[in-house]
Amino acid sequence: MKAKITITLKNGVLDPQGKAIEGALSGLGFDGASDVRQGKVIELKLSETDEPSARAKAEEMCKRLLANPVMENYAIEILA
Amino acid sequence: MKPAVIVFPASNCDRDVAVALEQATGKAPAMVWHGDSDLPETDFIVLPGGFSYGDYLRSGAMAAKSPIMKSVIDKANAGTPVLGICNGFQILCESGLLPGALLRNKSLNFVCRTVTLRVENSQSMFTSGFENGQFVNYPVAHHDGNYFADDETLDRLESDGRIAFRYVDNPNGSAHDIAGVINDAGNVLGMMPHPERMISPLLGGMDGAAFFKGVLDAAA
Repeated sequence: MKAKITITLKNGVLDPQGKAIEGALSGLGFDGASDVRQGKVIELKLSETDEPSARAKAEEMCKRLLANPVMENYAIEILA
Repeated sequence: MKPAVIVFPASNCDRDVAVALEQATGKAPAMVWHGDSDLPETDFIVLPGGFSYGDYLRSGAMAAKSPIMKSVIDKANAGTPVLGICNGFQILCESGLLPGALLRNKSLNFVCRTVTLRVENSQSMFTSGFENGQFVNYPVAHHDGNYFADDETLDRLESDGRIAFRYVDNPNGSAHDIAGVINDAGNVLGMMPHPERMISPLLGGMDGAAFFKGVLDAAA
C-alpha cells in the first residue's frame, strides 16, 4: 500500500520560510495571500496489505523519525 | 580524562573539537564512528558541529537515530557528561536528551559571525570556569539555530537555572535569547556557538580554551 504523510508546523511555531513565500507572492502581485505555512509531504510504499496495519506502521514511523512532536503535526493518508 | 568525539557523516567540526580537547587534556580523544554501536571507555562525550546527513528531514534528525546514539543516551542517563555543539545540539534535542527544538533562523539567513554570550549560570559543570554574568565571544555558523520550546518548558528552564548561555544580540530568533541549555540532571549541555573555534589568539581569542578547561576540570 502507499502512504502519504503530510507534516506541518504546529500553530504558533514561527515559519520564516512561509513568511518569505508570502512576501514573494505579494511581490508578484497576488494580493490577499496571508498566513502562508510551509510543510512537507513524504510518500512511501508499505508492504502491508491492509489499511489498519499500514496506518499503524506509518504512525510508528512518524513518531520515531518523520515528525518532531515538539514543533510538528502530521497527517497520514493510506492510498490503495 | 578519556573524552570521545562522535563522528557522523558530514560532521565538520570533529577535528576542531579534537584539537580543543587535546589542548585541554594533553591527549587526543577517541574518535568514534556513528555506525559503531559501542563506545570505548569514556568519561566525556562530544557531539560535534557539522551538517550530518545534509540536514535532510530536520537538522540532526537522522544522526539522532544512529547506532551509536543508543549508547550515548544510555551513558548520558547514567551521568556521563555530554556536550553537543551546533549540529550536536540539534542531535541532542532530536534524541530527547534535551528539551525543545532548533528551527530555521528567524532571518532565514545562514548566520556566520562571532557573537557575544552572557554566562547565565556558572554553577553548572559546563560553566564552572566562568563567573555569573561574564561575557564570552564564540563564533556561530548555522541555519537552524532558532531555539524553540513551549512556554511551560521555557519557564522551567528559567526557574531551574538551566540556561547556560544567552545571546547578548540574538542572531537567530531563539526564544529567551537562549544559546545553550542544560538537561535536568545537569550533565548534558547543548549550545549553538562554537567554543572549539576560539582556542588560540590566532583564532581570535581564548574564551573557548577557558570553556574546555573549566568543563574538563569539573568532569575530572
